[in-house]
Order: sequence, then structure tokens, then C-alpha cells
Amino acid sequence: MARRVAIVGTGQTYHKSHRLDVNGRELINEAVTRALADCELSIADIDAIIIGNMDHFESINYVDTWSVEGSGGYMKPIMKVTTGGTTGSSVAIAGYYHVASGLFDKVLAIGWEKNSESDTTAAIVTCSDPIWDRFSYSGAIPSLATEASAYMEQYGATQEDAARVAVRERTHALNNPYAQMYNRPITIKDVMESPMLAYPIKLLDVCPRTDGACAVVFAAEGVAEKIAVRPAWVKSCSVRHTTTWFGDVDYNTGMLSLKRASKEAFEKAGIKDPVEEIDVAELYLPYSYAGLKWIEAIGFCGPGEGPKFIWDGNTDMGGKLPINPSGGVMCTNCIGATALLRVAEAAIQIMGKGEARQVPDVTNAMATGFGGCWWSDVVILGKDKPN
Amino acid sequence: MGIDRKDTELLTVTFDKGMPYEWSIGKYGSRFFQEIKEHKRFLGTRCPKCGRVLVPPRRICGPCFQELDELVELSDTGTIMAFSVVNYPFIDPATGIQRPIPYTYGYINIDGSDNIFSHIINETDANKIKVGMKVRAVFKESQEMEGNIQDIKHFEIIR
Ligand SMILES: [Zn+2]
Repeated sequence: MARRVAIVGTGQTYHKSHRLDVNGRELINEAVTRALADCELSIADIDAIIIGNMDHFESINYVDTWSVEGSGGYMKPIMKVTTGGTTGSSVAIAGYYHVASGLFDKVLAIGWEKNSESDTTAAIVTCSDPIWDRFSYSGAIPSLATEASAYMEQYGATQEDAARVAVRERTHALNNPYAQMYNRPITIKDVMESPMLAYPIKLLDVCPRTDGACAVVFAAEGVAEKIAVRPAWVKSCSVRHTTTWFGDVDYNTGMLSLKRASKEAFEKAGIKDPVEEIDVAELYLPYSYAGLKWIEAIGFCGPGEGPKFIWDGNTDMGGKLPINPSGGVMCTNCIGATALLRVAEAAIQIMGKGEARQVPDVTNAMATGFGGCWWSDVVILGKDKPN
Repeated sequence: MGIDRKDTELLTVTFDKGMPYEWSIGKYGSRFFQEIKEHKRFLGTRCPKCGRVLVPPRRICGPCFQELDELVELSDTGTIMAFSVVNYPFIDPATGIQRPIPYTYGYINIDGSDNIFSHIINETDANKIKVGMKVRAVFKESQEMEGNIQDIKHFEIIR
């Protein structure tokens, strides 16, 4: 039987497009130092480390070994986990597994990226199949654009609907000094007038490229309560990775992996009505249209109802179910850290440490990861110890 | 006397050399390119368990975890399931230089198959292309073919 596990500390860097003042190890160290300070532990207290990034982005192949100075992994059990965009949620879930197994009491999960060190799109293209897909594939944006065009065709959603999501993220980022897009609000008109990158996605519909890192400390029941005043308990984790072929994705059925992962995670967490029972969600929404379509896959609203759900203000701060109080992926995207930031921000909401971006009275928080070829991870955190 | 730490210029180191790889296409994939060269038609494989015809042809159906050995002959036409006109510059890792833009990335359901084939459509005006349109593959001349994905030049809309 798995042990109960909680998040007891989080740390993140102030995110920027270029951090030329630090190398990767030093960037990692900033996040680790902040996470340890957050839970008042020292590196000596940490039993094992999980680290991940998109290793081809920096062309660093043995990140686990290469990073020990920054991570604090010197003479400790350390493992690298890398799964594309879901890397951040994978390191979190692997950290959870380590503690839940009973073999380690306190585990540090780290995600990081220096996107400034390579051509991000070129690097992402190398994730696709070299024989069949790489010739026509052009990175994350057009494969998302194909999904968006199919969604618009199916439900009559508009570019303005998507722009409303983009505006929400930037508005929320006004409350998050860590966000790369901190203090850079936009309007629907700004989004609509921004350059078309790949129809129907415009510049302000997509995430930026970021240098940044995040670290999260997981601790076992019995230990966690002594470290944190209010630990963020892991109620459930769910992982669904589907296919490696972009052509095998059915763009009309919605995000199958997210649908399945959400369903399982809610069931395991005992959540029957997600909209009523989830108080805040930090979702890996790499582009605005995901804020319409993917919340349908999660089950926050029915198929085709995403735009209305958004326009009604349900997902704004003060709404029924605030999404991405941090500003989300469209305001900060250091890819290997991105999904871990979702988990960390969800934990921050449970722990009541969100300051200006805090949602009041959070009992349950949800975090997701997205990556690879339409893969999804879901993590549910709660204020109360799981059954 | 210490070292003056002020005003240090922040430097980066650049790596820009080629690094070749040789990827095995496999049995059915190799046959796919042979069919294109000899008959200008597509080839898929059928899964005995779920019944789907998959293209490019492969030996394993992921969802069924099932070995496939039935080769299925397909035509050179299909339907646009989704598309995107790419307008932003990026380095093509296959060539090391910027990929020519704009170009249209298309998801095409090849007639007789049950999944999507990714390729390029030679229409970059977003107003002239729609999901559901029929397309036909345009191939290189047989003698110019090299046994790779670029033996298919692009897909053109059947108007
Ligand atoms: Zn099958």
C-alpha cells in the first residue's frame, strides 16, 4: 500500500527570456535553494533527487550527473526523467512515487530549462519521428493550430474566444512577480492584431520561451506535518501517454489523454463533480485555444461549451473555478519546468502562500502537464489528508 | 587588491557543427517508399485486432500492442482533416537552415486508411483551403526519388 505523501516546499526562479548571468547549474540552484528555504530544510535533509528537462534543448545529455552542483545531488540517489512537455509533471509524479514507495522520506523534484540556448522550434522538431514526421513538422505551434482549426470547424468557436483566454492569463500574471509576462497586460484587440504565426494562432495566442527552474519537496506522512504548517497532500496522480505519431491523434474526439487522465485522477481523489469540488486549477495550456477545448476534456464543461464557460468569467480570479492564477504557461514557459510549475503553483494555493495570486479557501487544487504527442498528466492536491 | 567584478560582459559559447545520423526505416517503411517509386501509390498495414488501416505502414499497432502483417494498397488521394499555414521562421534541423515559409502543414486522411498522414499542402492562402477538401499526392519523378518522405513533393487540392 502506498504511503501518503505531501508537498512541503516549493521554489522557483524569477522567469526571463534570457538569463545570461547564470549557466544551467546555477539556474537550477536558485530554484533548489528557494524550495529548501520555503520548507526550512537543508540539502542534507533530502534523501533523493529527481531532475528533468528537455535535454536536447541545451544539448546536455547527462543532466542528472552534470547538474549535481546545482541540484545538491552530490553523493545522493539521483535520477533523470524526461518526457517532453510533461517532464515537469513527470518529475513531480516520480518524486511522489519515490516517497509513496516507502523507500525515501524527503525527495526533491526539479525541472528546468534554458530555452535561450537553442532554437526552440528546431529542438522541438527533433522530437518528431525523423523518417516520417520531421520533414513537414514545424514544432508545437502548427500541431496545436491543426487542433484549433478542427475545433473551430466542429463547434464554431472563434479567434476572439481564444483571445479571451490569452487576456485572462496575462491579467492573472499581474499578480505573479515570478512570471515572465509579469506586468504586461493585453486586450482582446491586442491579441487579434498580433501577427499570425500559423492560422488560427497569433503571436499573443502562444507561450513564450523562458529561462527558468522550479523545485518541489515531497515528504512522507509523519514527516510532512512536522515540516509544513499546511502540507499540500497528493490525492491522486494520473499519467496517460498515447502515441508517438501525430497522425494517429483523432483531432475531433478532443484530448483523449487528458480526458482519461482527468477521469482517473478525479476517481482516485474521490471527486465526483470537478467544477464544484476543485477550487483552483493550474493547467498546462500552451496556447489560448487549449483554454477552450481542453477544459472540456477535463470535464469542467461539456463539448463545445468552453467559450461560454470562459466568457462567463468562471475561470477568472473571483470566479467559480479560477484557472492559472499564476498566469500559466502563456506567461512563463521554461519547458522542462513548466509542468512542475503547475504542480508547485497548485501546492502554493493549498498552502496559502500565493500572496497576490492566492485564491481564498482552497481545499482541492488541480495541476496538469501536456507534452509529446498529445500526452497528459494530472495531479490533484488537497488540504486534507487523502483516505 | 581584488579583481574588479564590475562590468563583466556576459558571454555565450556557440556550437554549430553538423552531426549525422542514420535511421533505420524498417521493412514496411522501406516497402512504402518502393511502392511510391514503382506505382505512385500509398501503402498501409491493417491491424487484425482493431481493423484499422494505418499509414505510414508499421509493424505494431500501439493501442492493441499487436503485430501487423497485412499490407494494404491505398490510392494517392485523401481528405484534409486539419491544416495550418506556417508563417514564422525557424531552423530546420534536417537542413540546418531556415525552412522556407510560408508553407502549409496538412493532416491528411489517405483514402482507405483510418489515421492521418502528415505532409505539406501547396496552398498557402488560408482562405482557399478548408478542412474536408480532397487532395492528391504529387510525387517526384521516379528517377529523382531517394527513398524518403520528400519523394512526395506535396499534396494538391482537387478543385
Ligand atoms: Zn489495432
